[in-house]
Parts: sequence; C-alpha cells; structure tokens
Amino acid sequence: MPDLHRATPRSPMAPPRSFLWFRRIFLTLLSGFVLVPVYVMISSSLKPLADVSGTFRWLPSDLTIRPYIDIWSTVPLARYFVNSLIVAGAATVCSVVIAVFSAYAVSRYDFRGKRTFTVTVLSTQMFPGILFLLPLFLLYVNIGNATGIALFGSRGGLILTYLTFSLPFSIWMLIGYFDSVPRDLDEAALVDGCGPLGALFRIVVPAAIPGIVAVSVYSFMTAWGEVLFASVMTNDTTRTLAVGLQGYSTLNDVYWNQIMAASLVVSVPVVAGFLLLQRYLVAGLTAGAVK
Amino acid sequence: MTTTVTEQAAVRKDSPGEADGPRRRPGRIRRIGLPYLLLLPALILELLVHLVPMVIGIVMSFKELTQFYIRDWGTAPWAGLDNYAMSVDFNAPVGEALLHSFLVTVAFTLLSVGLCWLIGTAAAISMQDTFRGRGLLRALFLVPYALPVYAAVITWVFMFQHDNGLVNHVLHDQLHLTDKPSFWLIGDNSFYALLTVSVWKGWPFAFLIVMAGLQNIPRELYEAAALDGAGVWQQIRRITLPSLSAVNQVLVLVLFLWTFNDFNTPYVLFGKAAPEAADLVSVHIYQASFVTWNFGAGSAMSVLLLLFLLIVTGVYLAVTSRGRRPADA
Repeated sequence: MPDLHRATPRSPMAPPRSFLWFRRIFLTLLSGFVLVPVYVMISSSLKPLADVSGTFRWLPSDLTIRPYIDIWSTVPLARYFVNSLIVAGAATVCSVVIAVFSAYAVSRYDFRGKRTFTVTVLSTQMFPGILFLLPLFLLYVNIGNATGIALFGSRGGLILTYLTFSLPFSIWMLIGYFDSVPRDLDEAALVDGCGPLGALFRIVVPAAIPGIVAVSVYSFMTAWGEVLFASVMTNDTTRTLAVGLQGYSTLNDVYWNQIMAASLVVSVPVVAGFLLLQRYLVAGLTAGAVK
Repeated sequence: MTTTVTEQAAVRKDSPGEADGPRRRPGRIRRIGLPYLLLLPALILELLVHLVPMVIGIVMSFKELTQFYIRDWGTAPWAGLDNYAMSVDFNAPVGEALLHSFLVTVAFTLLSVGLCWLIGTAAAISMQDTFRGRGLLRALFLVPYALPVYAAVITWVFMFQHDNGLVNHVLHDQLHLTDKPSFWLIGDNSFYALLTVSVWKGWPFAFLIVMAGLQNIPRELYEAAALDGAGVWQQIRRITLPSLSAVNQVLVLVLFLWTFNDFNTPYVLFGKAAPEAADLVSVHIYQASFVTWNFGAGSAMSVLLLLFLLIVTGVYLAVTSRGRRPADA
C-alpha cells in the first residue's frame, strides 16, 4: 500500500534555495488562507454575544462556553444531529455494500453491457442536481400514494437519494482498487472451494480495505453536507443539520456565536473522521482512481 | 461496516471448511447471471434516483407545468417547444436573465477551477519532499474539504458581514484599503465573495488528487533526470507535470462539473435570492422553478444545461485524449 510518509522524494539532491523560499512563502500564505476561517469559527464560538454583534475583534473580550449550552435549546439541534447521523450512516453502509458488489462484477467478470454500465453510472455525476430534484420529488410522492411507502419527507427517501450520490464515485474508485488485487489470489480461493462471494469477502475485500475506508469516508461526507435535497425533502421531524443550522439566522437577533458553536459541533465528527482516515483516502485514490 | 467484514473474514480464515459447504452453489446459470445479479442493486437505484427522474424531467420540459397542475402533473397540457423558446429568447426578460446567469456561471467556473487546480498542484508539489511539520500541514490543508459545506460557508457569511465581519475589519479598519466598509454579499462584490469561498472549499480536493497522483511517478525518472543534471524546477517541469497529465484530465473535468453544478455554496452564502453578479445557473433554475412555480420552464432550462455539459464534456474528452493511448482515456 502506498504510504505518504514514504513518498518518493523528488531528487536525491537537496533542493535549491529558490525552491525552498518559494515553498516557505507559498505554504505560509496558504496556511493563513486556510486557517483564518477556522480561527474565526473557533474563537467566535467562545465569545459573548456583544463581541460578535459589534465590530469584529481578533481576540475575545471574555471567554465563555455559554454558546455551546445555548445551541441545543435555540433550535432542536440534537434531533437534527440524530437525523443526520441516521441518514448519513445508513446511506454510507448501503452505498459501500452496493458499490463493492458492482465493482467486483466489473473488475472480475466479462459480460455484455459492462462498458455501458460504467459509462452510464459515471455520467450521472454530470447531472445538475436541480434537473432531477423536482421529478424525484414527484416520483417519491407517487410511489408513496401507490404503495404506501413514505419516501417523501422521510429519512428513507433521503437515504435512498444520498446513497446514489456517492455510488458512482465509490464504484469507480473500487474498480480501480479491486483491479490492483491480484486475480491469482481469488482464483486460488475459487479452486479451494470458495464461491465467488466467498472469494470477494475473504480475499478481495480484506485486501481492498483502504479503498473501502476511503469510499466510506467520501459517502459519509457527501450525505452529511448535502443541502439542496435536504431542504426540499425533509419536514420538521426528519430535518437534517444542513437545513436545521439555518434556524439560527432566521431569528431577529443573529446569534453568530451560537451559529459558530453549532457549526463547529456538527463539523467535528466528519473532520475528525476524515483526518484520521485521510491516509486511507489518499492510498485508495493512488491505487484506484488516479491510476 | 468495514471492520465487521474484516473480522468475519479473519474468523472464517481460522476455521475453513466450516462455513464453506452450504454456501457453495455451483451451476452455469448462476455463473453467467452472477455479474448482472451483483450489479442489480446499483442499477435499480441509479434508475430510480437518476435516470427515471431525468426522463420525467425531460418530459416535463415539454409541458405547461405551472402551479395549477402540480398536484397531478400528468394532466398538464403539452407546450411543445414553448418552454425552450422562452428560455433561449435572449431579448425577453426570462431568456436574458438565463443568459446572464449562464455567463456568470461560466466565468465563475473557469476562475474557480483554474485557481483550485493551481493552488492544489502547487501545494502537492511543494509537499512532495519530507520536511518537518509536513503531516500536520497536510491535515490542516484538508480541513476545508472535510468541513460540511454549510458549516464552512456560514463561517464565511459571518466573515463577510458588513458591520461585524472580519473582512471589512481587516480591509477597512486595519489596512484602510477602502473608503467605507463594503458590502460583500450583495452587489458586484458578491462574485468575488463566492469565488473566494468556492476556492477555499475546493482546492484541497485538487491537492488530494494530485498528491495521490504524485505517488505513482516512478522514482527512477527523478534519479535519471538528476543524473542528467536537471534541477528541481526542471524536474517539476519535465517529469512531474507531464506525468500528472492523465490525473489532471479527470481532475479538471470533475472539478468543472462539480463547480458548474454547485448549488450548496451559493445557496448557503446568499440564501434563496442570489445577487445578480453571483447568480449561478443552478440557483437561478431553482428560483425559476420553486419561486415562480413554473416547473416546465425550470425543466427546460435544466435540460439545456445538461446538453451544454454533455457537449463540453464530449469535446473536452475528445481534445484531451488525442494522442493518448485509448487505454488511458
């Protein structure tokens, strides 16, 4: 597995001064650009309301954790949080399982329509979300009327929608990853009496764990951050964070300190997860997508 | 999920034979059908959520679908090409607004993709060699990408506030660059505000992909170049950048499509009514459909947008794949 900590150094020689200076200046400026909003988010979340309502101050006049207590009562944040967790978690699990099956079929079998399948799936990435928002809304309502399965307004409908958002990328990436697992391994397993699914789950999947972790992270982030469909397809009980967070700014007084605190709270799970697992994502991309 | 699979696999490996027997179902039909069976869930879902709605959307674009027919959209009268004619009549208000929005989107997308690619590539190449603090810096750089869109964009909304935002505080109060505090989220400045947020949020993706692409460049190439006396700058120009061309081909296309279709960033940044200077086409169509309740026209605009993206993608792939072996494309 490629590992960033053992990345190919560019050259055996020490880089010249011009390069070192470029690197130093460029990376410093870039860090500033990245850090400022992060700093604003963290520092403002610890400020009293007076500090965030008046002229911006770099340093808080007084540190308070009050916003972190108030966010839970200003809007039903806990409910939104649970909804997002359920929706994003379920969408991720389903999407990854389905992607594993599809990628295995494409990677290991020759069959008619293979190219059509991969091209079609990938081209759905091109669709403007706005094109199928309304039709999907109508479709869900019609399915609901015809079968009694409530897709519109329910978490199920949102899970179904989100899992297809990450599916194309996940399949594409896993195909590349599965291709890099030697075929001899699963052929040996087949000879030993494993069925095709046995070979998939005992040989291919364990060897492709970094790729699978990578697509899981991607799927979760996609579902956790989506705004457009969440704003149309949820109601008061199923609302997710993406829409719920807007509740803080519709009030007469805009509680910026609470907004920042809430943004931070909803970001922590994904950012922490992403940073912990990012090496898998890069390794997965290296072996799969960018090959 | 993934851990359970591994654990199961590990457990099974310890006790072969046990779980084996009943699971085996040999047979020719199953073997031929298997790939299709494996693809079935993905196919059904893609059909349900993407392809069928797309077809419905195309049908809707030929209908006179206003709020009177929305309850039972099948009964809406056919409109022929009226919706399309209205959308591309650039002398009338609707068409003119759409054209303006389209041009804004093109300019915004080109600038955003260009900057994201440039910053991402420069950062990835700068961080190719090991140096102290590299791991930390890489984690920091990925934070904007990892943040949920709304959390990141709301923070920028706060920073762009007229009275209590950081941007005006720095530009006006501290650096005295402007005569009076500027408005960033309305008026012409909104374009730059949108661009800044989009680049801030988007460049780490380019960084991530290029970083992964750099891993696949064989070390020998650099060693050979060093032997030939090529310095770092020359190595970057002669080896690194050309080796990344296949990665860049996909990266730029993906960035282009995502940025062009981006709804989340402008929607959270400006709310339902985007200022004219930053009226991206996806928000514009959303407005046209859900605020004026003319879904037929909205669908026609979406179809036109899709056609445009299809053509651009086709031309782009044809041009960039020329001279490259078909296997790479």
